[in-house]
Amino acid sequence: MISGAASNSGGILRQTLLELLRALVAVAAGLLLGASLTAIAGENPLNILAILFRSAFGTPWDFGMSLFYATPLIFTGLSVAIAFRAGLFNIGAEGQLTLGALAAAVVGVTATGVAAPWSLFLAVLAAMSAGFLWGGIAGVLKATRGSHEVITTIMLNFVAAGIASFVTLEMFRNTETQNPETLPVAASFALKPLTMFEGAPTTVAFFWGIAAAGVVAFLLFKSVWGFGVRAVGQSEPAALVAGINVRRVQITAMAVAGAVAGLAGLGEVLGSAGRFRLGFSADYGFMGIAVALLARGRPFAVILAAILFGALHKGAADLDFETENVTRDLAVVLQASVIIMVCADGVWDAIRDGLRRRRSTAIRAESAG
Amino acid sequence: MTWEILLQILASTARMSIPLLFAAMAGIIAERSGVINIALEGFILFGAFFAALVTLSSGSPWVGLVAAMLAGSLVATLYAILVVWLRADQIVAGTAINLLAFGSTPLIGKIAFGSGGSSPAIELADRFQYEPIILGILLVVIVHLWLHRTTSGLWLQFAGEHPEALECAGVKVRRLRTIAVIVSGATAAAGGALLSIWLSSSFARGMSAGRGFMALAAVVFGRWMPIPTALACLLFGFTDALQMRLQGATLPRMTEPLPVQVIQVLPYLATIVVLAAFVGRAYAPRALGRPA
Repeated sequence: MISGAASNSGGILRQTLLELLRALVAVAAGLLLGASLTAIAGENPLNILAILFRSAFGTPWDFGMSLFYATPLIFTGLSVAIAFRAGLFNIGAEGQLTLGALAAAVVGVTATGVAAPWSLFLAVLAAMSAGFLWGGIAGVLKATRGSHEVITTIMLNFVAAGIASFVTLEMFRNTETQNPETLPVAASFALKPLTMFEGAPTTVAFFWGIAAAGVVAFLLFKSVWGFGVRAVGQSEPAALVAGINVRRVQITAMAVAGAVAGLAGLGEVLGSAGRFRLGFSADYGFMGIAVALLARGRPFAVILAAILFGALHKGAADLDFETENVTRDLAVVLQASVIIMVCADGVWDAIRDGLRRRRSTAIRAESAG
Repeated sequence: MTWEILLQILASTARMSIPLLFAAMAGIIAERSGVINIALEGFILFGAFFAALVTLSSGSPWVGLVAAMLAGSLVATLYAILVVWLRADQIVAGTAINLLAFGSTPLIGKIAFGSGGSSPAIELADRFQYEPIILGILLVVIVHLWLHRTTSGLWLQFAGEHPEALECAGVKVRRLRTIAVIVSGATAAAGGALLSIWLSSSFARGMSAGRGFMALAAVVFGRWMPIPTALACLLFGFTDALQMRLQGATLPRMTEPLPVQVIQVLPYLATIVVLAAFVGRAYAPRALGRPA
């Protein structure tokens, strides 16, 4: 499903258009289905969708906020997509992004002497290393012990939250506030909000996300490593026979996925917040799963899916005060119903198989008669 | 360490392991039939929510428990349609169910309780006291006997090992798996119910706290067999009990209590270690994750 194996009928363009169409249908159906739940609360689902749309795209500020939320989702979506390509399921993007953000904050607080371009380089390196390590643990456990990565990454999420809490509260706590957060990062680490969004905290990190999609696309489709990853993802036995080191692929794929997820928090830590806040992630790691699924593991489609879910997240935030009973939790429900619709994609195949079978029985009946 | 503390930890172990036990048995039922059940976490959460909701309005934990099981089987039906009939990727569909649970429980909670985060407190008299412990033990025995002593139990095992053979013998594998997933959903939701109407006094957002995944780890640890899996649940329950006991406690030769974060991650670390210590794949049902 995710590998998107090209069928022998029709060109690549037709295939891509068909997939895009299917994705759009899944999104529309998912949004309608999820929104229809609000009817229980006595709301008009179409009205809810209208509020969502208006508050996600209404003004440059709204749009900027949507992109601000989309930024971490690009990274986590890419992370999940990389693992998908290797046939692995990275539910641990949440923990990886937490530790990545924490590492960037620690560097930003301690390495005050480093000047501007190098400071950012250092923060990126720290974030990627932390994520690389955290993803790599799950990869090693999978490759050497057969431990299912879904279980280990979920558990590592909890452990990461514990580490983040300890480091924040016991080592780098900002004592000037009651909030559980680290000291602010040095000025040389700070990212400025882009002025075109009229005050929204959107920073250059969004464009880093787009660049990351390019790099991931290159790695997956143009590098030897990516070839190995995709081979293992499509068929482990075949990859083994072809002489690919499956274990190494599993370890490196999880580690690289972790490194990419590690970058997800930078826009917040170096940008709007300027520090690491405990619990800053609105489950970006889990939303990344939805993003990657909708994008079918295609790096550039991840950008679009991330913007969609970022917009949903921003739009849903306004539901809290624009409606009586519907809360921002609707965003999660909408994501779930979009994934369910993507899963229900099998309906198309079932219909097609049904038609084909009917046609073939008709032909058989004809030739027999 | 005095006897009193030891007894306390043992009692606490029993309490912490029972919800996990329900979820793990649910995992065995689904996985033995050949369906991966990542959605356990979601079933637990739905169960916890609806148990609290219905117990609050009915005043009886038993009614709440049944409501939770009904809700669990309803959501499990959706999961079964996706994975058994539409052949969706089981892990992906399971994740969707989990997300649905995380998002919709506070959403409905806001309508039902006026607060998305948690339910009002359930009175002590309306909560379970010791009954779940008996139910849990019964459950293990029943699942064990079902799998090994009944025809339908053998069918279930075959559906997970060799579905083609079962189909040849005239048993509808898809229907069997559908039933297994629904029973699994109801069982896991019952475990969830125990979280809100037994272990604590209300529903709280995300109160499943990874138990669905821990249960899956226990299933791997127990090699998909009920009794060893139950022992694994006891082990996890013990780390949980130990974790609660150690909070704020000072260990010998240490001047300060251990940081609370270090203690809180103990059950999760234990899960990873246990999972890594046992190579799971060799024992898994052979057709696990393969649509029929």
